[in-house]
Amino acid sequence: MSIATFLQTLVFGLFTGGIYGVAAIGLALVFGVMKMLNIAHGELVMLGGYVSFWVFSAYGMDPFISLLIVIPALFILGLILDRSVYRHIVRLLGEEKIKNSMLVSFGLTLVLQNLAQWLFTADERSIQVAYAGDGFNIFGVLLPYTRLATLAIALVAILGLNYFLHKTYPGKAILATAEDFESAELAGININRIYMMTFALGASLAAIAGTFVTVTYGLSPSIGIIWTLKALIVIVLAGTGSILGAFPAGILLGVVEALSGAFVNPSYREVIGLVIFILVLIVRPQGLFARR
Amino acid sequence: MTNFLVIENINAAYGDIQTLWDVSLQVKQGEIVALIGPNGAGKTTLMRLIAGLHKPMSGTVHLADVPLHALPAYDIAKQGVILVPEGRRLFGGMTVLDNLELGAYSRRAREARFKTMARVFELFPILEERQRQYANTMSGGQQQMLAIGRAMMGLPKLLMLDEPSLGLAPLIVENIFEIIKLMNDQGVTIFLVEQNARKALELANRAYILEQGRVVGTGTGRELLQNDEVRQAYLGLAPAAVK
Repeated sequence: MSIATFLQTLVFGLFTGGIYGVAAIGLALVFGVMKMLNIAHGELVMLGGYVSFWVFSAYGMDPFISLLIVIPALFILGLILDRSVYRHIVRLLGEEKIKNSMLVSFGLTLVLQNLAQWLFTADERSIQVAYAGDGFNIFGVLLPYTRLATLAIALVAILGLNYFLHKTYPGKAILATAEDFESAELAGININRIYMMTFALGASLAAIAGTFVTVTYGLSPSIGIIWTLKALIVIVLAGTGSILGAFPAGILLGVVEALSGAFVNPSYREVIGLVIFILVLIVRPQGLFARR
Repeated sequence: MTNFLVIENINAAYGDIQTLWDVSLQVKQGEIVALIGPNGAGKTTLMRLIAGLHKPMSGTVHLADVPLHALPAYDIAKQGVILVPEGRRLFGGMTVLDNLELGAYSRRAREARFKTMARVFELFPILEERQRQYANTMSGGQQQMLAIGRAMMGLPKLLMLDEPSLGLAPLIVENIFEIIKLMNDQGVTIFLVEQNARKALELANRAYILEQGRVVGTGTGRELLQNDEVRQAYLGLAPAAVK
């Protein structure tokens, strides 16, 4: 294998990993702050993809510009889902909360899947922009514009989230609630509002991931569970205590999958990703990026 | 002095077990009131209940005329009723500065946060030195100072402390109690739970004794220090000499 092929594989792994990272970080945020597992996170990715597809096919809007519509749309959907469903679960404690969150959100995946099928049919969709095939060619390594754009936007989103969480008052309140929700309440933080905002933020990140999926792969009502599982693997890799660590962990998984697809056998792509996952659990069960 | 915090006929349960039975007590403005009693008497439950983390089955809690029992915990904090919880419960993965800033989350406190922080640093210079350090990397004494500092950031009218001396070296305990006294001199009403009954009674204007979820005695700190039952049960002393 030539160096160019190796680099090409690496670069595509990086691109894919960026999407994994964005998909995972939304789930990690909700899990880390609300301590509940939202199985329907992948469905939010899927719905984000459909909003993007719909705006593209109805108005011809570029998918990267339509993020300005897709993100707020999913933010609002996140608020609605939190008020109607998750608000009742987040109050529960410990094991009861995690179990109920899984049951209820699994139910919600079925509802959202069927809703999507009814609204958009089960046909596979994707967005083909005019510049889909174009890109830079650097020493035989192809860097498509669409893929570069996804990675750049992913980085901006993650850096923005990092800034918001660590440098602003509401962001710090989210982290404080994640650390100790009772202490947060004692400090005068309205944790119900924090939970609502956190869930809506998670849904917004899913919207970004969904747009990327629609541009780079394809979209159908059933893709949700794949992305939930991917995101789950990534957040366990990162360590469940590390919200922002989900992004580098996503990149890592993307690269490992791409390289093993190229060097071992394409059909073992995901298997080797899972082997790495199990190795990390054995060697460093707290995750790669968790402190302590 | 008028009654400030008024607790009337509180019954509360923890799961299926009733932990507080018809508890009534008052704290007047400007007082230091201590709550003493054995482990499991319900002292922490009562503190958490006033702060809104735990809801009563029946009974009322008023601050001035505000019904605290009807408010969520974050609103109670906004009223200036601040609890330093047992075990400190800091935001361990965050810096000293973040912990202090978060203590001033409510609007009233946030507007004054720079001024308040200067006061906190004056009382606890170590917190200013360590402001970039993560809270969970500090010693127990420093963590307790940070917990009190974080509470001060919320501009307390009534400061509640649950076991402030727990697990601390005697010298640090001395220091913490001095600061509680100082805050009281500056107008903050204090309600504290303490295992160290002697220290608590020496500091407090008045105290209540809670046993098995019931108030079984009350008096001034001095009276209780002389009370034979208290001396035997809580201070490990012989009965007071007969005058």
